[in-house]
Amino acid sequence: MLTAHEVSCRVDGSDLLRRVSLEIVPGKVHALLGRNGAGKSTLLKVLSGELHPQAGQVLLNGRPLGAWTPRQRARQRAVLAQGDPLRFGFKAAEVVELGRYASPRHRPEQERAIVAEALAMAEATELSGRRYTTLSGGERARVQLARVMAQIWDAPEPGDAELGDGSRYLLLDEPTASLDLGHQHSCLSQVCRFAAARGVGVLVVLHDPNLALRYADHATLLDRGCVVGQGLTRELLDPDLLERTYGVKVERVGSGERQWLVVSG
Amino acid sequence: MKVPFSALRRPLPLCLLLGLAALAAAVVGLGAGPLHVGPGALLGSLGLGAAPDPTLCATVLQLRLPRVVLGLAVGAALAVSGAAMQGIFRNPLADPGLVGVSSGAALGAVAAIVAGAPAGLDGRWFLPLASFAGAALATAVVSGLARVDGVTHSAQMLLVGLAMNAVTGAGIGLLAHLASGPALRALTFWMYGSLGRAGWPEIAVTAPPVLAAALLIPLHARELNALLLGEAEAAHLGVDVERLKRRLVLLVLVAVGGAVALTGVIAFVGLIVPQLIRLWAGPDHRLLLPASALLGGALLTTADTAARTLAPPLELPIGILTALLGGPFFIALLLHLRGRGETW
Repeated sequence: MLTAHEVSCRVDGSDLLRRVSLEIVPGKVHALLGRNGAGKSTLLKVLSGELHPQAGQVLLNGRPLGAWTPRQRARQRAVLAQGDPLRFGFKAAEVVELGRYASPRHRPEQERAIVAEALAMAEATELSGRRYTTLSGGERARVQLARVMAQIWDAPEPGDAELGDGSRYLLLDEPTASLDLGHQHSCLSQVCRFAAARGVGVLVVLHDPNLALRYADHATLLDRGCVVGQGLTRELLDPDLLERTYGVKVERVGSGERQWLVVSG
Repeated sequence: MKVPFSALRRPLPLCLLLGLAALAAAVVGLGAGPLHVGPGALLGSLGLGAAPDPTLCATVLQLRLPRVVLGLAVGAALAVSGAAMQGIFRNPLADPGLVGVSSGAALGAVAAIVAGAPAGLDGRWFLPLASFAGAALATAVVSGLARVDGVTHSAQMLLVGLAMNAVTGAGIGLLAHLASGPALRALTFWMYGSLGRAGWPEIAVTAPPVLAAALLIPLHARELNALLLGEAEAAHLGVDVERLKRRLVLLVLVAVGGAVALTGVIAFVGLIVPQLIRLWAGPDHRLLLPASALLGGALLTTADTAARTLAPPLELPIGILTALLGGPFFIALLLHLRGRGETW
């Protein structure tokens, strides 16, 4: 399990997170929602180890983040941040291969197979020989998704006792931000398939509650650094709470598996 | 056997080819000059056959072999350092010469000559140490000023490098002006470089650390590849980014500081060579770094042979030759990167 326990984070005198607790379960998708500046990216950075909280603790498979070496951490959780600074002309498959940095080196053909499977999982197989710098925004997003999937593709060997129970986690910061409608949905269904197929726990920052409703098992709603709601996505995302958080009037339409949130006022 | 052209993009064939090129450059460098030395006499003077006449032997061993060794070692060091800096800054335009590290080293060296070695310290040691210190100072200033919000901005870095080159150039000029006659001539040496100044005693002291640094940098190829994704991304992949950067910057400083102490400032090698390899075989550092070392050595040795033999008995400053090649190449590179959407 990847858990944040009563985490508080203060940067330059302002409280970005206040006593936030959160639990990411292997095989499940957890959505993180909230207005701009609510602390979603900060929480993701705390969970990944990029930011150190002033109070509280983050446990990765039972041990504090700092107790793992960078390589051990990298084999248990992968992070897809916002922004894309890669401007060197790697082929797409080579970018995915970069994700394998911390994994124990398999034979070359096994490594190539993992890269190919990750590319297939992200529906990016046809991009594998293309130069990354010539890809469109949507294509780059798929290649980067394949890269972070490849990073935590295989569970550590059973004998590898130093890596806890071997559960792995994927942290995604607004992976749908620059994608069109079709790609938003294919991206998240790939993530769901990956979570289910490889037993990986996912935390995904989203802006659209409808995407959360459709793809996430659990959700956390942040407002000004505090958790204002947490639980099963279907139970959590009720119109009142969303109205209080986002400041727009929301209605829930449909029933059962087919429900949507509509802005009505 | 017919070797397909594209096979030369693969690591082993490419490195073999570049190794052969470096070897050929060395042989030509040993043989060419006012006193032509044929293959037989060449082998003889290297102790691999019947010894030729002593003049020939001395020419090869005392005049040309040091230059060839310098060409290979300094060329490799500059090219690998350039490639490593481009990786650290994630910027294909970074180069020890352009951003002022080399001229910082030169200023350190010139200041050391003018001040004189402190008592008890051999001048052969003092010069490279001062040059290393100058390079370190210049690097600290440039990387400090070029960082905005934790990101190194290319334009900013090149501008700071421009200012750094102007200031250190002025410093070198001023010191040369204040110093006596022979130091004035040394000015061209420091500003434009030459493989003709250092002899075996200097090489024995400075070349080993330079070569060691150039050989250690390629051990970090996988980490440098990860770093191209961005510093935060590399950290998420399991790279200890701060330690990697500290180590690489130290290795680059040893390589460049030592190279400048031996040969003065030779611009553009660190820029041209890695770019050629990237254009040909892609940005993977596992190939880029060793291939750059081989091509850098071959290129600088060839440039030195050209500098010696183009207008005898005059020797052209080698830095002028590399700049003559490098300037237009730099412009072509900017246009090329713009055309591929890799603008800076």
